[in-house]
This record gives sequence, C-alpha cells and structure tokens, in this order.
Amino acid sequence: MSSHTLEAKALTVGYDGDPVIDGLDLTLPGSGITMIVGGNGCGKSTLLRTLARLLKPRSGSVLLDGSAIAQLPTKEVARIVGLLPQAPVAPDGISVADLVDRGRTPHRGWLGGRDHRDDEVVTDALQVTGMTEFAERSIDELSGGQRQRAWVAMALAQEPDILLLDEPTTYLDLAHQVELLQLLVRLSRERGTQVVVVMHELNLATRYADHLVAMRDGRIVAEGAPGDVVTVELLRGVFDLEAVVIPDPIAGTPMIVPVDVHRS
Amino acid sequence: MTVLDTARTAAATASADRLRAARRRNAVRDAVLIAGLAAVVVALCTAGLVFGAKTLALPDVLRALTGQTVPGVSFAVVELRLPRVVGALLAGAAFGLGGMLFQTLLRNVLASPDVIGISAGSSAAAITAISFFGASGLVVSGAAIAGGLATALLIWVLAYRRGLSGLRFVLVGIGVAAALQAVISYVLTRSDVKAAEQATVWMAGSLSRSLWDQLAPTAPALLVLLVIALLAARALPVLRLGDDSATALGARPQRSRILLILCAVLLVAVATSLTGPISFVAFLAGPIALRLVRRDAALPLASALLGAIIVLAGDAVGQHLFPITLPVGVITGAIGAPFLLWLLMRGRTRA
Repeated sequence: MSSHTLEAKALTVGYDGDPVIDGLDLTLPGSGITMIVGGNGCGKSTLLRTLARLLKPRSGSVLLDGSAIAQLPTKEVARIVGLLPQAPVAPDGISVADLVDRGRTPHRGWLGGRDHRDDEVVTDALQVTGMTEFAERSIDELSGGQRQRAWVAMALAQEPDILLLDEPTTYLDLAHQVELLQLLVRLSRERGTQVVVVMHELNLATRYADHLVAMRDGRIVAEGAPGDVVTVELLRGVFDLEAVVIPDPIAGTPMIVPVDVHRS
Repeated sequence: MTVLDTARTAAATASADRLRAARRRNAVRDAVLIAGLAAVVVALCTAGLVFGAKTLALPDVLRALTGQTVPGVSFAVVELRLPRVVGALLAGAAFGLGGMLFQTLLRNVLASPDVIGISAGSSAAAITAISFFGASGLVVSGAAIAGGLATALLIWVLAYRRGLSGLRFVLVGIGVAAALQAVISYVLTRSDVKAAEQATVWMAGSLSRSLWDQLAPTAPALLVLLVIALLAARALPVLRLGDDSATALGARPQRSRILLILCAVLLVAVATSLTGPISFVAFLAGPIALRLVRRDAALPLASALLGAIIVLAGDAVGQHLFPITLPVGVITGAIGAPFLLWLLMRGRTRA
C-alpha cells in the first residue's frame, strides 16, 4: 500500500574513532512492521537515527524513494518520514492536544496557516491512540504509558508513510508495551504505514514483527521473517545468549526461553 | 482498547469540534492578552509623556507630538520625554524578547543574559571606555555592544561540547560573569572620582541618556532586530520539542537556534548600549509571559511587551514615587532579585 521506499546504501556512521555502523546496506520491505534487534551498543539506535536524518553518515547514504535524504528539502521528508525519539522532551505544561497539533508543522506553509483538515487529523490521531479524553490535560500529569501514546499521536498527526520508533517500549510495563505494539500493528494493517521499531524486548519483537533485522557490531547479521531468522545459533551469535526457541503458544511465532546454565 | 475500535462516528466529529472550540478559545484568550498588554504599554507611554517635572495636559502633548509648537510643552515632550519613552519601549522589548529567547533555547530560566554575564560584558567594556579612555556618547555604546558580543562568543566557545547544553552554558556564564565583575571592580578602583561616578551611573541602568542623538542609531537597529527575532521565533514551538523531534518535523534546530541566539545577543547588547544594564528585565519577562500565555506562539510577543511594561513602569516608579529620582535599574533589581530567589527555592528553573 505504502508507496515510499527507505533504504541505506553502504552506510558508515560514527562519531570519533571506530565507526558504530560499518558499510551497512538495508532496504526496508515497504510494508508491515520491521523491528531492529541486537545487543547493547550494536548500533541499532544509531541506524534508526541515521535513517531519520538525525545523524549524518560518514560515508554512504540514506535514500528515500531513490534520492539521498540529505539532499531533499527537510520539510518534504517530514511529510513522509515520522519519528518517535527515544527520550522525547515536552515543554513544561503543554497540553496533549497542543503537542499533537505540532505534528502538523510539516504540512503548514511558512505563515503557519491552519486548515480544516488539521483538526480532523489531530482528532483522528488522538482517537486512534485512545487519547481523546486526555486532550486538554497537561503532559506532565499523564502516566508513562499515556505520555508515550501522546507522542505516538503527535507522530501520527504528521501523517507519515514511514514511522520510525526508537525503543518506544523502554519505560512501559508489559501491559502498556503490548498495548503500544498492538497500536502499531493496527497502523500498519489499516493505514498501510510502514513501521520501523528499534526493540530491546526480544520476545515482543519476534511476536509483533513482520520483518526482523538482527544486528551485531554495526552490521546486519540476519534479516527476514521472525520464524526464519530466530534460531538458537542466531541468539548465540548475536546476543551471546544460550536459549531454546519454542513456538509461542498464542501466535505460533518463535519464543525465546533463556537457558540458565547454573540450573540445568 | 475499546476506543481504538470506534470508527469515525458522530462522536469523532463532536470531539473534533470540541478541539477546535478549545483551540479557538485559547487563541482568543491570547489575542485578548496581547491586546491588553499592548494597551498597558500605550497607557504607560502616554503617562510618560504627560507626567514629569511638570504635569502637562494631554491635548497639549498630542499637539506637540503632531509637530505643532506649543509654548512650554513642545520642548519637554519632543526633546526630553518622547526619546525617554521610545528608549524605554524599545530597550524593554529588546531585553524581554532577548531574555526569553535565551531561556527557552537553553531550557533554563537562569540562562538569562543578565545572569550569565552578557550584560556584565557590556558593562565592563563600557566603563573601561569611560574610565580609561574618557569616552562618552556613542563610543561607550559601541564598546557596550562589542563587550556583549565578545562575552557571548566566549561563553559559547567555553560551553560548546558537540552541542550546547543549557546547564553548562549557565555554569560557564556565571563563572564568566564573576570574572567580569572583578574586571569592573578593578576598573572602578583605578578610575578618578569623576569617571568612577559616571561609570557607576551607567551601570545602574538608566534612561537618562535616552536622547535623540543616542537613539538615532540604536532605535532603528533595535526595531529591525525585534522584527527579525519575532519572525525567527516562529520556529520556537517546534524547537521546544527538542532537537530530535524538531528535525523529524522538518525544522533545522541547529540553524534556527544560532540565528535566534544571535538575534538575542544583539538585542540585549544594543539595548544595554542605550540604557546600561537594566537588571532583571531580561530575566523576568520570559517566565511571566510563559505563565500568562496559553499557546507558545504568543510567547515572543508577550515577552517583548512585558519587557517594555517592566521598564516603562519601573522608570515611572523611579521618577515619581520616591522623594529622590531613582534609576530604573534600581527599581527592576528590587523586584527581580526576590523573584530570582523565589524561582530558585521552588526549584523551577526549566524553561
């Protein structure tokens, strides 16, 4: 459904010294939910931030519909690619409605004039994320799960075709993690939004991803459907984890059960 | 997640209408607020023209303003009171807007130019020019502008580590301010009595130098800077979401911030060159404006108007409320210092 493609070509990214990402190629599948997994410091967040043009690659490039993203007008990119950063900061006292409304920025002209559609899109974003009843509340009064949903709503108001999320479940309890992931599934299924998530939680990643990208030391080690990718060997190779993989009793997707060497 | 399953129904339309109504309410409220602040500014300006050593009749003042010669009125209004009011208005707006820009861009109320040493830099350069070189008039103004710019650059260089952190900027700025205070003390102790007195008066922050020959270069400069800053500040609502989100929304945070900080430094330096450092105006206007406005979009204009109100009102109080005439900086300092302490005690320094 989605008409835009995002890819990385021979990407090398790093601050000083050794690059965090080294000569990486990635083409996003064009639909569904892609989850990027890997151990701490494997470069998965760096990859996402580079895809979102927050970081400039040392060499190589990120291509949006075949053109280098750095060359495209940033506002034009913002109408296609949305981002939920890892630790977003809201101004003190801002209301949910006001925050979500700022997602419309790339669709506005220089004079900032609003049109009728802005309200509809904002309303819709609030509704989809279940935030309608909190619209007038201040962000600081919300729980962690609600706050995260407010930020997702802001990203949705941007109406991106490709939505990037950097560890969106980090500060959430399990119930809210699942709730957020189900929301992403709905976005992907019902609106055809391409969703790309950097995930820490392996079992949730295999459960909700259509496409899994496993990284280690700044390189992609394996990618594909979770059922094909997640094996005992991969877990050993990517996470240094001894585990068995069994089918998830509900979804049938691979479920990872760590082996505790001290007990077995 | 039952809400998720609700399709676009009448309820959705109703909530869209509710949102629209709420936003319109906030917009109207902010418009009323801005109009109210503007009315206060106009009232204070009028009072500044009417009251003085001698109270004049408003019709006479208006006739004098339109260029008619009114004996006993024209000179006082056109040559003495009008430049003072214009200077207070522009310098106040410049301090208010410049201070708010510093505070919001560096995410810290304490990152105000009068706390982090930019005003102290202007003062140090100005009194050095007065005391050691016997300078006066526009030369002192030029020195004040150069001193403010150089101090801002110095703090920037010392505080910059792959990006700008508000807290580091504040800490470095306070250190720089302390060093500049030492410079100021040194200059004062080495000056002869007359120059030291002149320098002390300059540092108190006063509108008594606001006459047409001083305003001729500074007023147009401040006006242009105010317009540029107000236009550039349109990026503020998005910038306040942090660099990552701002970039994702198609803004260029780094570039906007440099432009806005440059505007703020120039506003404060040029205003200081006219009036001396009127303490705490830059520090006060932003936080007050933030508590009054509903939407970030109204913040820049509200801060500028509040800055003008504080300086105009402070000058009126200093001139008329006490048996002796006090410089405006003394009045604003008396209000500002307790406010600073209150903010610190409440622990609310995020902007």
